[in-house]
Amino acid sequence: MSDTRTVRAARKAQVDSFSCVACGCCVPSCPRKAISIFKGMFATVDTELCVGCGKCAKACPAGFITVSEAAQ
Amino acid sequence: MKMKKKWYEYLWIFSAAYIVLGFFNILFAWLGLLCFLIPLVISIAGGGKAYCNLYCGRGRLLGLLGGRLGLSRGKEMPGLLKNRWFRYGFLAFFLIMFSNMLFVTYLVFSGAGSLREVVTLLWTIKLPWHWAYNSNVAPWVAQFAFGFYSVMLTSTVIGLAAMALYKPRSWCVFCPMGTMTQLICKAKNRRLLPKSEIQRT
Repeated sequence: MSDTRTVRAARKAQVDSFSCVACGCCVPSCPRKAISIFKGMFATVDTELCVGCGKCAKACPAGFITVSEAAQ
Repeated sequence: MKMKKKWYEYLWIFSAAYIVLGFFNILFAWLGLLCFLIPLVISIAGGGKAYCNLYCGRGRLLGLLGGRLGLSRGKEMPGLLKNRWFRYGFLAFFLIMFSNMLFVTYLVFSGAGSLREVVTLLWTIKLPWHWAYNSNVAPWVAQFAFGFYSVMLTSTVIGLAAMALYKPRSWCVFCPMGTMTQLICKAKNRRLLPKSEIQRT
Protein backbone atom coordinates (compact mmCIF):
# COMPACT_ATOMS: atom_id res chain seq x y z
CA MET A 1 0.00 0.00 0.00
CA SER A 2 1.42 3.34 -0.99
CA ASP A 3 1.77 6.25 1.40
CA THR A 4 -0.78 8.89 0.42
CA ARG A 5 0.32 11.55 2.90
CA THR A 6 1.46 14.74 1.24
CA VAL A 7 4.78 16.04 2.38
CA ARG A 8 4.46 19.72 3.20
CA ALA A 9 7.26 22.16 3.72
CA ALA A 10 7.62 23.53 7.24
CA ARG A 11 5.94 26.83 7.94
CA LYS A 12 8.31 29.66 8.78
CA ALA A 13 7.94 33.33 9.59
CA GLN A 14 9.00 35.70 6.84
CA VAL A 15 9.72 39.40 7.29
CA ASP A 16 9.06 42.07 4.66
CA SER A 17 12.48 43.59 5.29
CA PHE A 18 11.85 46.45 2.86
CA SER A 19 8.97 47.73 4.97
CA CYS A 20 10.05 46.58 8.45
CA VAL A 21 10.65 49.48 10.85
CA ALA A 22 12.84 47.46 13.24
CA CYS A 23 10.73 48.45 16.24
CA GLY A 24 11.50 45.13 17.90
CA CYS A 25 7.94 44.27 19.01
CA CYS A 26 8.37 40.80 17.51
CA VAL A 27 11.58 39.91 19.36
CA PRO A 28 10.21 39.17 22.86
CA SER A 29 7.16 37.42 21.39
CA CYS A 30 9.21 34.53 19.98
CA PRO A 31 9.30 31.53 22.30
CA ARG A 32 12.31 30.15 20.43
CA LYS A 33 14.37 33.37 20.31
CA ALA A 34 14.46 32.91 16.54
CA ILE A 35 13.83 36.54 15.62
CA SER A 36 16.23 39.43 16.07
CA ILE A 37 16.81 42.95 14.78
CA PHE A 38 19.69 43.09 12.32
CA LYS A 39 21.82 46.18 13.04
CA GLY A 40 18.79 48.37 13.68
CA MET A 41 17.57 47.96 10.08
CA PHE A 42 15.01 45.14 10.00
CA ALA A 43 13.96 41.94 11.74
CA THR A 44 15.49 38.65 10.63
CA VAL A 45 14.27 35.12 11.32
CA ASP A 46 16.58 32.22 12.06
CA THR A 47 14.76 29.58 10.03
CA GLU A 48 16.63 26.81 11.83
CA LEU A 49 14.95 27.83 15.08
CA CYS A 50 11.59 29.08 13.75
CA VAL A 51 8.69 26.69 14.26
CA GLY A 52 6.14 28.89 12.44
CA CYS A 53 3.95 29.51 15.48
CA GLY A 54 3.02 32.99 14.22
CA LYS A 55 3.40 34.85 17.51
CA CYS A 56 5.76 37.35 15.89
CA ALA A 57 3.24 37.97 13.08
CA LYS A 58 0.63 38.76 15.71
CA ALA A 59 3.01 41.05 17.58
CA CYS A 60 4.08 43.07 14.52
CA PRO A 61 2.09 46.32 14.68
CA ALA A 62 2.21 46.74 10.90
CA GLY A 63 1.64 43.14 9.82
CA PHE A 64 4.98 42.95 8.00
CA ILE A 65 5.56 39.36 9.16
CA THR A 66 3.77 36.46 7.51
CA VAL A 67 3.95 32.76 8.20
CA SER A 68 4.04 30.56 5.17
CA GLU A 69 5.56 27.40 3.84
CA ALA A 70 9.20 28.16 3.32
CA ALA A 71 10.74 27.60 -0.09
CA GLN A 72 13.16 24.69 0.10
CA MET B 1 7.94 29.65 34.65
CA LYS B 2 8.12 33.25 35.78
CA MET B 3 11.00 35.23 34.35
CA LYS B 4 12.65 37.89 36.48
CA LYS B 5 11.80 41.31 35.06
CA LYS B 6 14.64 43.37 33.65
CA TRP B 7 15.09 46.97 34.83
CA TYR B 8 14.13 48.41 31.45
CA GLU B 9 10.73 46.78 31.59
CA TYR B 10 9.82 49.43 34.16
CA LEU B 11 10.72 52.38 31.91
CA TRP B 12 7.03 52.99 31.18
CA ILE B 13 7.01 54.68 34.60
CA PHE B 14 9.32 57.37 33.20
CA SER B 15 6.99 58.14 30.28
CA ALA B 16 3.88 58.19 32.45
CA ALA B 17 5.60 60.35 35.10
CA TYR B 18 6.81 62.76 32.41
CA ILE B 19 3.27 63.51 31.22
CA VAL B 20 1.97 63.84 34.80
CA LEU B 21 4.83 66.08 35.99
CA GLY B 22 4.16 68.48 33.12
CA PHE B 23 0.78 69.25 34.67
CA PHE B 24 2.50 70.47 37.85
CA ASN B 25 5.67 72.14 36.62
CA ILE B 26 6.30 72.69 32.94
CA LEU B 27 10.09 72.83 33.47
CA PHE B 28 10.11 69.03 33.82
CA ALA B 29 9.54 69.07 30.04
CA TRP B 30 13.30 69.55 29.62
CA LEU B 31 13.75 65.92 30.73
CA GLY B 32 12.14 64.94 27.42
CA LEU B 33 15.41 65.81 25.69
CA LEU B 34 16.66 62.47 26.99
CA CYS B 35 14.08 60.72 24.77
CA PHE B 36 15.51 62.60 21.80
CA LEU B 37 19.21 62.40 22.47
CA ILE B 38 19.64 58.87 23.86
CA PRO B 39 18.20 57.06 20.77
CA LEU B 40 20.30 59.23 18.44
CA VAL B 41 23.48 58.65 20.45
CA ILE B 42 22.83 54.88 20.60
CA SER B 43 22.24 54.54 16.85
CA ILE B 44 25.17 56.81 15.90
CA ALA B 45 27.44 54.88 18.29
CA GLY B 46 26.52 51.62 16.53
CA GLY B 47 24.00 50.28 19.00
CA GLY B 48 21.31 49.95 16.33
CA LYS B 49 17.76 50.48 17.47
CA ALA B 50 18.36 49.23 21.01
CA TYR B 51 16.45 52.26 22.26
CA CYS B 52 13.25 51.34 20.39
CA ASN B 53 13.75 47.65 21.02
CA LEU B 54 14.40 47.81 24.75
CA TYR B 55 14.55 51.19 26.42
CA CYS B 56 11.75 53.33 24.94
CA GLY B 57 9.45 54.27 27.82
CA ARG B 58 6.64 55.26 25.50
CA GLY B 59 6.79 51.93 23.66
CA ARG B 60 6.70 50.13 27.00
CA LEU B 61 3.73 52.25 28.14
CA LEU B 62 1.77 51.61 24.94
CA GLY B 63 2.62 47.90 25.13
CA LEU B 64 1.40 47.75 28.71
CA LEU B 65 -1.83 49.73 28.20
CA GLY B 66 -2.72 48.13 24.89
CA GLY B 67 -1.36 44.67 25.61
CA ARG B 68 -1.75 43.66 29.23
CA LEU B 69 -4.56 46.10 30.06
CA GLY B 70 -6.34 45.34 26.79
CA LEU B 71 -7.03 48.94 25.77
CA SER B 72 -6.35 48.17 22.12
CA ARG B 73 -8.62 46.77 19.40
CA GLY B 74 -5.60 44.83 18.14
CA LYS B 75 -6.52 45.42 14.51
CA GLU B 76 -4.00 45.87 11.76
CA MET B 77 -3.36 49.47 10.75
CA PRO B 78 -4.41 50.81 7.34
CA GLY B 79 -1.92 50.62 4.48
CA LEU B 80 -1.37 54.37 4.31
CA LEU B 81 -0.09 54.63 7.89
CA LYS B 82 2.48 51.90 7.42
CA ASN B 83 3.66 53.11 4.06
CA ARG B 84 7.34 54.00 4.07
CA TRP B 85 6.73 57.38 2.41
CA PHE B 86 4.11 58.29 4.99
CA ARG B 87 6.75 57.64 7.64
CA TYR B 88 9.29 59.86 5.91
CA GLY B 89 6.65 62.55 5.35
CA PHE B 90 5.61 62.43 9.00
CA LEU B 91 9.27 62.71 10.05
CA ALA B 92 9.72 65.76 7.78
CA PHE B 93 6.55 67.39 9.14
CA PHE B 94 7.66 66.64 12.68
CA LEU B 95 11.10 68.18 12.09
CA ILE B 96 9.55 71.31 10.53
CA MET B 97 7.25 71.76 13.52
CA PHE B 98 10.17 71.11 15.87
CA SER B 99 12.28 73.75 14.10
CA ASN B 100 9.37 76.16 14.39
CA MET B 101 9.29 75.49 18.13
CA LEU B 102 13.03 76.19 18.36
CA PHE B 103 12.55 79.42 16.38
CA VAL B 104 9.79 80.60 18.75
CA THR B 105 12.15 79.85 21.65
CA TYR B 106 14.85 81.90 19.90
CA LEU B 107 12.44 84.83 19.45
CA VAL B 108 11.74 84.83 23.18
CA PHE B 109 15.47 84.52 23.90
CA SER B 110 16.30 87.49 21.68
CA GLY B 111 13.49 89.60 23.13
CA ALA B 112 11.58 89.78 19.84
CA GLY B 113 8.77 87.59 21.17
CA SER B 114 7.10 87.20 24.52
CA LEU B 115 6.54 84.03 26.54
CA ARG B 116 3.24 82.30 25.84
CA GLU B 117 2.13 80.04 28.66
CA VAL B 118 0.19 77.62 26.49
CA VAL B 119 0.61 74.00 25.45
CA THR B 120 -0.30 73.43 21.81
CA LEU B 121 -1.97 70.08 21.25
CA LEU B 122 -1.90 68.55 17.76
CA TRP B 123 -0.14 71.70 16.46
CA THR B 124 -3.37 73.73 16.56
CA ILE B 125 -5.29 73.51 19.84
CA LYS B 126 -3.94 75.99 22.38
CA LEU B 127 -4.49 74.79 25.93
CA PRO B 128 -4.03 77.24 28.84
CA TRP B 129 -1.23 75.87 31.03
CA HIS B 130 -0.26 78.88 33.18
CA TRP B 131 -0.71 77.02 36.51
CA ALA B 132 2.30 74.86 35.74
CA TYR B 133 4.66 77.83 35.55
CA ASN B 134 5.58 79.93 38.54
CA SER B 135 9.36 79.83 38.53
CA ASN B 136 11.85 82.60 38.00
CA VAL B 137 13.76 81.13 35.09
CA ALA B 138 14.71 82.98 31.92
CA PRO B 139 11.61 83.31 29.68
CA TRP B 140 13.22 81.31 26.84
CA VAL B 141 13.86 78.37 29.19
CA ALA B 142 10.13 78.31 29.97
CA GLN B 143 9.17 78.83 26.31
CA PHE B 144 11.25 75.82 25.29
CA ALA B 145 9.60 73.79 28.05
CA PHE B 146 6.10 74.73 26.85
CA GLY B 147 7.09 73.96 23.25
CA PHE B 148 8.76 70.68 24.06
CA TYR B 149 5.92 69.53 26.28
CA SER B 150 3.54 70.32 23.39
CA VAL B 151 5.56 68.00 21.12
CA MET B 152 5.60 65.24 23.73
CA LEU B 153 1.92 65.54 24.65
CA THR B 154 0.88 65.62 20.99
CA SER B 155 2.87 62.51 20.14
CA THR B 156 1.57 60.74 23.25
CA VAL B 157 -2.03 61.52 22.27
CA ILE B 158 -1.45 60.26 18.71
CA GLY B 159 0.30 57.19 20.13
CA LEU B 160 -2.60 56.42 22.46
CA ALA B 161 -5.13 56.89 19.65
CA ALA B 162 -3.15 54.55 17.37
CA MET B 163 -2.89 52.06 20.26
CA ALA B 164 -6.65 52.10 20.86
CA LEU B 165 -7.57 51.83 17.17
CA TYR B 166 -4.92 49.39 15.99
CA LYS B 167 -2.26 47.25 17.68
CA PRO B 168 -0.68 48.42 20.97
CA ARG B 169 2.58 49.70 19.52
CA SER B 170 1.25 51.04 16.21
CA TRP B 171 2.81 54.41 17.03
CA CYS B 172 6.25 52.77 16.68
CA VAL B 173 5.58 52.20 12.97
CA PHE B 174 5.59 55.92 12.17
CA CYS B 175 7.37 57.31 15.25
CA PRO B 176 9.70 60.05 13.95
CA MET B 177 12.49 59.05 16.36
CA GLY B 178 12.23 55.43 15.20
CA THR B 179 12.30 56.49 11.55
CA MET B 180 15.30 58.71 12.20
CA THR B 181 17.30 56.05 14.08
CA GLN B 182 16.49 53.43 11.42
CA LEU B 183 17.71 55.82 8.71
CA ILE B 184 20.94 56.35 10.67
CA CYS B 185 21.42 52.57 11.00
CA LYS B 186 20.73 52.05 7.28
CA ALA B 187 23.18 54.80 6.34
CA LYS B 188 25.85 53.32 8.61
CA ASN B 189 25.34 49.76 7.36
CA ARG B 190 24.53 50.53 3.75
CA ARG B 191 26.80 47.75 2.49
CA LEU B 192 24.86 45.16 4.45
CA LEU B 193 21.46 46.13 3.03
CA PRO B 194 19.91 43.67 0.57
CA LYS B 195 20.50 44.74 -3.03
CA SER B 196 16.76 44.88 -3.70
CA GLU B 197 16.39 47.46 -0.98
CA ILE B 198 19.11 49.75 -2.33
CA GLN B 199 17.49 49.70 -5.76
CA ARG B 200 14.11 50.52 -4.31
CA THR B 201 15.28 53.42 -2.11
